[in-house]
Amino acid sequence: MTTVTATNTTTRPAATRSGPVEPRWSFPKVASIVGAVILAAIWLVPLLWALDTSLKPEPETTLIPITWLPEAPTTAAYQGVIDQGDLIRWFFNSTIVAVLVTALTLLVSVLAAYGFSRTEFPGRRALFALMIAGILVPPQVLIVPLFQEMTGLGLVDTYWGIVLPQVVAPVMVFVLKKFFDGISRDYEDAARVDGATRWRIVWSVMVPMSRPILVAVGIFTFIGAWNNFLWPFIVTTDPSMMTIPVGLANVQGSYGLRYAQIMASAVLGGLPLLIVYALFQRHVVRGVGDAGIKG
Amino acid sequence: MAVQTPPRVTPGSPSTAAKPETGQPWKERWAGLFFVAPFLLLFAAFLLWPTLSGLWNSFFNTSLAGVQQEFLGLQNWREMFGDPAVWSSLKNTFVFTAMSMPPLVIIALVMALLANRSGLLGWLLRFSYFAPFVLPATVVTLIWVWIYQPGFGLVNGLLTAGGFAEIDWLNTENRAMLAVVITTVWWTVGFNFLLYLAALQGIPAQVYEAAAIDGANGRQKLFRITLPLLSRTTGLIIVLQLVASLKIFDQIYLMTNGGPNFATRPIIQYIYQNGFTNYRIGYASAISYMFFAIIVIVSVLQFKLFSGRKEGAE
Repeated sequence: MTTVTATNTTTRPAATRSGPVEPRWSFPKVASIVGAVILAAIWLVPLLWALDTSLKPEPETTLIPITWLPEAPTTAAYQGVIDQGDLIRWFFNSTIVAVLVTALTLLVSVLAAYGFSRTEFPGRRALFALMIAGILVPPQVLIVPLFQEMTGLGLVDTYWGIVLPQVVAPVMVFVLKKFFDGISRDYEDAARVDGATRWRIVWSVMVPMSRPILVAVGIFTFIGAWNNFLWPFIVTTDPSMMTIPVGLANVQGSYGLRYAQIMASAVLGGLPLLIVYALFQRHVVRGVGDAGIKG
Repeated sequence: MAVQTPPRVTPGSPSTAAKPETGQPWKERWAGLFFVAPFLLLFAAFLLWPTLSGLWNSFFNTSLAGVQQEFLGLQNWREMFGDPAVWSSLKNTFVFTAMSMPPLVIIALVMALLANRSGLLGWLLRFSYFAPFVLPATVVTLIWVWIYQPGFGLVNGLLTAGGFAEIDWLNTENRAMLAVVITTVWWTVGFNFLLYLAALQGIPAQVYEAAAIDGANGRQKLFRITLPLLSRTTGLIIVLQLVASLKIFDQIYLMTNGGPNFATRPIIQYIYQNGFTNYRIGYASAISYMFFAIIVIVSVLQFKLFSGRKEGAE
């Protein structure tokens, strides 16, 4: 079960014991459940409508008046999209990019956060202030000079060209540094007495103690990298190097107006993250909450 | 925070780094730099350098084709302030921000109030409200362009079934922005919902018990306790949302391409067009910097406002 329900169970007995007698099914309670479910249904309808369309034979998608469920559900649209080939390639690219961005961001940010939190060297304060100032720079204003730079480095249409700018995440360093600041020094002092180097301390003391926050940072970095549209869109021109979000931006044109196929590719493009979210909902919910509370 | 609590926390002490001892060996004195070096190198190469070269470019008539650049001084900047397209795309950006902000705050709050303490339903509610947020912009816009489709699209299908006139959402000047706002609210409200939900769950149950003993009814609890206690979160959400909304590009580019007749084109798209369609790097850089300045001013103003309010509350 999720942490959210866990906190609920701790508060509920107290409330029922000392609170005044509240009817189990009062009108406001029923109304709020009905309201919550209706709102959830409205939020799910676009997703279900996309799934529904993707399972229709093409001629059924453009009927007026619109029809709800397909008469004979078919996976023909999925077959067509997959046969077309590019989607598999984009999946592959997105996976490589998202995994690289996540791994490198965690690696580089953990080291930097440790350096800023636990060591002293000339210029540390100034560099930290510079990094904080970097949080203010919106990536959107950098697209033009960054593309020029990538052209100069020969990194246009390469994985590194897509990945490297996304690894620079001052916010993550800041969040991790704040977290490290809260970890008692006694642990690393003990480790140092045992002869551990600083490098070892990072990996065997700081990282294990920061697991929850690293998981949250990792999930958000992964989702962000998988979904990033603007930068991969700018830095890739070759369809074989595109990620899912960039590649899908072109399907509307290339499929003509075959709606079942367009919706099939949308479903396939969205599914991996919906699965990730369904599996890690607890971490995502807590991660956003932590970020907000510390805000 | 769900952290393993260290057994011995010395309050406040670890927040400052160890003082370097005098007469430290060279290696120890600089060791820390090795930890921050990988990050700093990437930071310098892919954030600091493009930030500075963008400023530099804004004084030249650089083009993407690599044509010899010529120093222009402030000419790009002067042109920018007289360019009606800059002003109209800035206006579109602010209109989008103003239209999307109220629903993004209010619906998120309603969702959190409904989903809080909802027991077994909770998982389903949290999933439904937040799921769109994890989708890529392109998936979201493919679905919504299909939903807004004239004739056999879902929205127009429902409108005609209900006896209303059809709306060509994405091709009508005063409807296209509304269509983009509706899509954006559906897509991103889940993040604000989770922020509110976390704040609600941080309110101790005793507060409500005390109120109940004093005879407060449900409505009084909501308006006298819950909403005031959420005001800090509301401030935070407005801060984050304002900066995020001003950066609008993906949905609009993918749904309307800035149209019809540039009625939805945001400032980022105008930067993109100048840089990558018209190959005017220098001019695009000048507009980028103007936009950057707006973001910085908004952020600093909010920070002042926000930190001021926090002090006042304590």
